[in-house]
Amino acid sequence: MAWTRKILRVNLTEGTCVSEPLNMDWALKYLGQRGLGTKYLMEEIDPKVDPLSPDNKMIFATGPLTGTCASTAGRYSVITKGALTGAIACSNSGGYFGAELKFAGWDMIIFEGKSEKPVYLCIIDDKAELLSAEGLWGKSVWDTDAAIKATHQEPMMHIAAIGVAGEKGNMYACIVNDLHRAAGRSGVGAVMGSKNLKAVAVRGTGGVSVEDFGAFMKSTEAGKKALAENAVTGEGLPAYGTQVLMNVINESGALPTRNFRDVQFESANDISAEAMAEPRRSDGKPNLLTNQACFSCTIACGRISQIDKDHFSVVNKPEYWGAEGGLEYEAAWALGAATGVKDLEALTYANYICNEQGYDPISFGSTLAAAMDMYEEGVLTKKDTGGVELKFGSAEMLTKMADLTGTMEGFGEQLGLGSKRLCEKYGRPELSMTVKGQEFPAYDPRGIQGMGLTYATSNRGACHLRSYTVSSEILGIPEKTDPLSTDGKAGLVKAFQDATAAVDSAGLCIFTTFAWTLEDIAPQVDAACEGNWTPDTLMEAGERIWNMERNFNLAAGFSGKDDELPKRLMKDAAKTGPAKGMVSGLDKMLPEYYEVRGWNTKGVPTEETLSRLGV
Amino acid sequence: MQKTLVIDPGKCTGCKQCELACSYVKEGSFNPSKSRIRVFDFHTEGRFVPYTCTQCDEAWCQQACPVDAITTDPVSGVKQVHENLCVGCKVCTIACPFGTINYNVASGKVVKCDHCGGDPECVKACPTQAILYSDVEQAGYDKMQQWAGKTDNAAPANSA
Amino acid sequence: MKHVIIGAGPAGVVAAETLRRHNAKCSITLIGNEGKPPYSRMALPYLLIDRIAEPGTYLRQSPGHYDDLKIEYVQANVAAVDPDKKTITLDEGAPLAYDRLLLATGAHPIKPPIKGLDLPGVHTCWTLDDADEIGALAKSGAHVVLMGAGFIGSIILEALVLKGVTLSVVEMEDRMVPRMMDEVAGNMLKSWCTSKGVNILTGTKITEISQGDDGLNVTLDKGNIPAAQLVVVAAGVRSNIDFLKGSGVETKEGVMVDDHLQTNIEGIYAAGDVAQAKDLSTGDFNVLAIQPTAVEHGRIAAMNMGGLDTPHRGSLSMNVLDTLGLISSSFGQWMGEKGSDSATMVDKTNYRYLRLEFQGDCLIGAQSVGLSEHIGMLRGLIQSGTHLGNWKQILMTSPHRISEAYVSTLHKNAS
Repeated sequence: MAWTRKILRVNLTEGTCVSEPLNMDWALKYLGQRGLGTKYLMEEIDPKVDPLSPDNKMIFATGPLTGTCASTAGRYSVITKGALTGAIACSNSGGYFGAELKFAGWDMIIFEGKSEKPVYLCIIDDKAELLSAEGLWGKSVWDTDAAIKATHQEPMMHIAAIGVAGEKGNMYACIVNDLHRAAGRSGVGAVMGSKNLKAVAVRGTGGVSVEDFGAFMKSTEAGKKALAENAVTGEGLPAYGTQVLMNVINESGALPTRNFRDVQFESANDISAEAMAEPRRSDGKPNLLTNQACFSCTIACGRISQIDKDHFSVVNKPEYWGAEGGLEYEAAWALGAATGVKDLEALTYANYICNEQGYDPISFGSTLAAAMDMYEEGVLTKKDTGGVELKFGSAEMLTKMADLTGTMEGFGEQLGLGSKRLCEKYGRPELSMTVKGQEFPAYDPRGIQGMGLTYATSNRGACHLRSYTVSSEILGIPEKTDPLSTDGKAGLVKAFQDATAAVDSAGLCIFTTFAWTLEDIAPQVDAACEGNWTPDTLMEAGERIWNMERNFNLAAGFSGKDDELPKRLMKDAAKTGPAKGMVSGLDKMLPEYYEVRGWNTKGVPTEETLSRLGV
Repeated sequence: MQKTLVIDPGKCTGCKQCELACSYVKEGSFNPSKSRIRVFDFHTEGRFVPYTCTQCDEAWCQQACPVDAITTDPVSGVKQVHENLCVGCKVCTIACPFGTINYNVASGKVVKCDHCGGDPECVKACPTQAILYSDVEQAGYDKMQQWAGKTDNAAPANSA
Repeated sequence: MKHVIIGAGPAGVVAAETLRRHNAKCSITLIGNEGKPPYSRMALPYLLIDRIAEPGTYLRQSPGHYDDLKIEYVQANVAAVDPDKKTITLDEGAPLAYDRLLLATGAHPIKPPIKGLDLPGVHTCWTLDDADEIGALAKSGAHVVLMGAGFIGSIILEALVLKGVTLSVVEMEDRMVPRMMDEVAGNMLKSWCTSKGVNILTGTKITEISQGDDGLNVTLDKGNIPAAQLVVVAAGVRSNIDFLKGSGVETKEGVMVDDHLQTNIEGIYAAGDVAQAKDLSTGDFNVLAIQPTAVEHGRIAAMNMGGLDTPHRGSLSMNVLDTLGLISSSFGQWMGEKGSDSATMVDKTNYRYLRLEFQGDCLIGAQSVGLSEHIGMLRGLIQSGTHLGNWKQILMTSPHRISEAYVSTLHKNAS
């Protein structure tokens, strides 16, 4: 129950699709999605493998709750060795694709090898086949989506695809499903492209059952009620989306600006949720059209936007005049504050292109910011950029670079390397704001100290979604801690990391945890799945997953030395705001973190820890 | 008082909770493809439209049924399919100009919305009140009925 | 006011009910001639496979239905109609007087002029009695020959296969359901049936049937098939109009009616398989022998008989078929017409087909194979003449988006 107990194994080298039973022993230890997918990857590949080689595998994994009526239960993750990082990659996405895969009767798809020619996987219930994608190669995600639906004449199909960015090896290419939902980070799209796999198209007409329907309906209903009554999930997110954070984080002095030169953006309000909802001066209409939910989600934080037809970015491009996925906070920050651009319409356009061509706006914006930093420092010149003045704050430059990066042309090809490789290439590695090769998201560790430890220790490289301590440090959920203090952050980060790993493995969205704790989640998981799922066993599963991921990275060649932050955050103090004068206190938090994790001083899990968790 | 589902697409977020609730109650598992209500997604317009049977007065499905398997509940006005009588001939599925009565391959019978006997699950499941269960006199419903009149053979002014 | 309805099929029964709904006092006589409660021929295939018992074929399930509505249901064969005296002659008893008469006598199956069609073991499948006889012969393992793969033949086809017989189908046209679907669809159905073990012979004629030692020898114009234990004839139907000879009621294929379903003689109406009435798509008058049309006719004719002026805009041709699990449907001008635009989707591997025909931005016809969700929308769009606007262009390349187009235009019209 809950699990379909079936895995689809697709060998791209051989061109075969084979069904096999899910390993239920593993499912009962690692739950599903992030945990279970990682377990399979761990067992099946050498962590030292080149991420872009045929020896790397890529797993699409749903959670046991995916496809049920539990709020937000439509998630799937892509698990592989990340192209951008060389670390374990696990990129989580919403939309409808994950649920559809479940309705087709599959918990997971494991892709192995590499196809000789471009292909896409077509799944209609229990029938799966690889079909030629030669006619799709070179098409954007959006065009691919339309073309596949037209080919199969199946409007109810849900499709996850890569754009040109993924085909051409943009290192932070993502996999986009349902047009504007993405398994976004760590370059999972580049891995997909390296396998000559253009898309996965799914139509499922079967049902998902749960172990105890009565208990499940009761616990999920209670869960939905809690979400509806919570100020963040019931009001803030539906009305403003994650963009509700823009002004809040800016006021906290933790909005990284111009490649982390500053911690506050003077034009934050121009690119905020409030600005999206206000009528534009140009045409009197707001940027934001409406909100959209992912499958089964009762929060509905997704944004649907419409760009002013007369805006320079789309004035001659009617194909962008319709409604499309609008700005989320991370994208608005990366495309805006990080680059110093305050033109909301330009940001929206760049975000469209990220979705359309399939690349991560966080990494793109951060990489562009690093390039701008180098340009302003004179490291990069017009000769390098193809004649473009790569200065902070230029909206025209942003949209142009978004276009070029999408198709990997001109300087876009350089930007497609990601910030770490780009800065190394031009001899300024310290200007790359990354951990383990992955660009930072939208929280400055000088203004929110817990996030410094979060970034440094995240198994997939810098990331906010591995332990979102912002929740505690800024929003006071589940309890308020001081963002400027390092005290107790090691324990806080560990707790968030473990709980998040459990949520990510269940099929639920992490945004539920603004309202839910594991006390709310455990009854839903327990009613749906066999096994004994309590807050404690979920937390333990999360810790087990975290340590397994850590082991993967250690085996891949990472060590405690990679749990570090760029110099700028450790040496250059915040210039303004509440954190004025502060740097990150990572050096204080890290040893304590290793200790609470049960790891040795080099950041390696002890035998005792591993055997306690059964890793 | 007869009640009907009043749908406000402006409030719909496309979460499909209605489809999940419907399929769970009617089919015993979460399966949107078997739901009696379906949310249409017009993404370039940013519009989501939940769509199901309007329980029309002169029900085409009911009239077309050759074996009297579809009846009108005298109290609620709901058109119900009697599974024991339905032979699965599908004539109702082509007769209904709304396309809201469909053949279920698994059961060999047709299925349609029946308001869950007066307590519609989709209404309870909708997190944004995009689907309400209200008295029949609602503007949107009347307009749907007028449109329905266009598909009728008899001139609407003279019909029953 | 005395209403007499000849024929107790769907058209007659709906007419009787409609008359009663609008007038509590009038006299209504409904005449059947099979000695059974009014039943549905549509349901016979399901009776054949024991999915239902005989009562399951009845048009109305409530036991006292006709008595409750004060509809006098009588059994008789009508021999003649005398419009001058306003009476009808029955095969026995006194003539029956009427003020308004509805001809709803339906149709009968054609037996083509082929030698041997009168042999025992050769049956049409039209009445409850036919079903009984076919049921007795269509034993598991028997070889059965089905003559005709039109709409009715194809409905019987499934029932025969489910009975476990070995089935050969002989159709003289080049494909199955030639009057319901085009070559692509007809051949798709054929290859589907063939893959399910049915021997489908298209472009083939039965020339003679004779009694042999092992059963009925069925001679074809080309090729051979084994002797059969049963031959089922489904070669089409013809309106029951013979009794109108000399009455003055104008007939061609069927009884000619005007746009109020009245015949050339005031007070006499016709409905259902016997009526040659307006076709919505073409405006021509022809016989449209399908269940939904019978019901529409019955209702509209009754309204007019009861004095409620109700024009008949024309009926839409439509059919739905389940051939061993493959569902197909067709509507209106499915073959297109002069100047119409055609959008098609063919997926032979998965037995899916959709063809839409447009005149301007209006849908005028459609056919589908392998589609069972929302197919009524095709009727809705054709019958309402809805202008699809921009959706037309989308549908030209993506006909499968028809349900989206429908909901989108419906909501724009409704709001």
